Amino acid sequence: MFNLNKNKLITLLKVQYSNMLEYRVEIALWAISGIIPFFMLNIWTNNNLNESINLSNVMLSRYFLSAFFVRQFSVVWVVFTFEEDALLGKISPYLIQPLNPFFRYFAQHIAEQITRFPFAIIIALIFFLINPESIWIPNLSLFLLACFSTFFSFLIQFLIQSIIACFCFWTEKASSIERLLFIPTLFLSGLLAPVISFPEYVKSWIYLTPFPYLIDFPANILSGNNTNIISGFFMQIFWISVLFPIFKRTWSLGTKKYTAMGS
Amino acid sequence: MEENIIQVENLSKSFDISSKEPGLKGTLKHFFKRETKSIEVIKNINFGIKKGEIVGFLGANGAGKTTILKILCGLIHPSQGRLSVAGNLPYKRRSNFLKNITLIMGQKQQLIWDLPPIESFYLNAAIYDIEKFEAKKRIKKLSDMLEIEKELYIPVRKLSLGQRMKSELLAALIHKPNILFLDEPTLGLDINAQRNLRKFLQIYNKETDATICLTSHYMKDITSLCKRVLCIHEGCLTYDGRLEKLLKKISPVKDILIICKTDKDAKELSNSGFNIKNQNQKEITITIKKDSIKSTLNNIFNKFEIEDLYINEPPVDEIIGDILVKEKV
Repeated sequence: MFNLNKNKLITLLKVQYSNMLEYRVEIALWAISGIIPFFMLNIWTNNNLNESINLSNVMLSRYFLSAFFVRQFSVVWVVFTFEEDALLGKISPYLIQPLNPFFRYFAQHIAEQITRFPFAIIIALIFFLINPESIWIPNLSLFLLACFSTFFSFLIQFLIQSIIACFCFWTEKASSIERLLFIPTLFLSGLLAPVISFPEYVKSWIYLTPFPYLIDFPANILSGNNTNIISGFFMQIFWISVLFPIFKRTWSLGTKKYTAMGS
Repeated sequence: MEENIIQVENLSKSFDISSKEPGLKGTLKHFFKRETKSIEVIKNINFGIKKGEIVGFLGANGAGKTTILKILCGLIHPSQGRLSVAGNLPYKRRSNFLKNITLIMGQKQQLIWDLPPIESFYLNAAIYDIEKFEAKKRIKKLSDMLEIEKELYIPVRKLSLGQRMKSELLAALIHKPNILFLDEPTLGLDINAQRNLRKFLQIYNKETDATICLTSHYMKDITSLCKRVLCIHEGCLTYDGRLEKLLKKISPVKDILIICKTDKDAKELSNSGFNIKNQNQKEITITIKKDSIKSTLNNIFNKFEIEDLYINEPPVDEIIGDILVKEKV
């Protein structure tokens, strides 16, 4: 079904990276547009909300900066590009190539993350200039774990959106389903507030959903906050292994419905 | 007997299409109760194509030509019937099948818009598991044949339509496919670019013995490339055979250009009850049945002073244009 090998992946990444460099200004703007965690930090610290969750200002700053980084490297938009490509028949040439078209989108995302990297670093440096007390260097093992969990977070989101994208074969406007998920993702992922600050009854079920593992879990690892690393990774891998077969099945059923409209 | 590389039996394809009446009432009705109906776009079609053949699919817009190509290359699933392309079920899209075919659509592109075509070529080479060295060789050869060596390093968005189409062709042929599905490959190209593309396809077919299935509204594409044509009308196959036989069958007439000596002769000739196709002062073109050429010419020579005379087949474009309009062949 996928026919991927190292050479294909590397070439895809190289070409998509070259392509993304053509949009460097756009990507810089996207990076800047992801500063919502800093607004949230401001709201939290100015209202002393952190006291209620026993988190110091410094730790909270680090959490939101980490959340910013995690968001930068896990943002997914595949449903929108796929929807356009499917509706206009642009995926037709890719469907008859011996490589699943989703790898093109996957490579686009990774290439875009690499392009974002320097801009994200600049934003972080500016943040440290304004908040010098928040400067910290995570130890290497935690940093690597944070990288892995961020990548897993990206995979979970990519799979969720890819499943929704496959609904294009039936509904044509699949991105509206994604919009339904936007609100829970925004509120439950830890982008607006650390999940630890949520009421107990929310925390009792939220950890069973994929949402806290999208931002909160990797951001907690990176910022050095207390978190259960083993159960976090277990849940991330659990969600990936649940979502992957669903994606495979949806893709297989969906392509049977494909009518190659517009081409 | 040589086996067919493409075999189609009782092929049918239906699409579910929803319709909407105009106006607010129609919109509300459409919102609450969507009416969909199944439209059969391909109806019980049978044909076989041999290796190395170049076959043209003729038909008006919406006749079903492109749908047939899309089914043959595995892009869409058939509703009914059996088909085999190079021994494969196309819609299974197995890797070895996909490496054997290519589809070029005149109005769709696979090249990455903001990058030079060379990047897309190397990407395609990797996708089709072609070694970099071999890919380089093939790009060189094809770009020479297509005369686009200079354009390889210019971003696709900066290329002219003709240069882009040639690049598309190169991208689609880098894996040396044995079967080419070409849907309006010369769409929007100028006369020279069309001619170059046709020449290239002829050479490619000759060199590789590739099978080519082609749809085009430019009749020159069909007449210069295809010996065999399949006429599709409202999803049905109405003719399958040699192009020249079709032309004879549907056009049992000839055009005769008569140059009269005097204006008086020209005037009288034009009022003599012949089927006048064209008149330009003393030059008159009449259309007559092939079996009455001798008697008609005798009649004309006896009655009028003739300076010169030419007998022509009617232009192929005109005849094929008629096929597209008429229901039956």
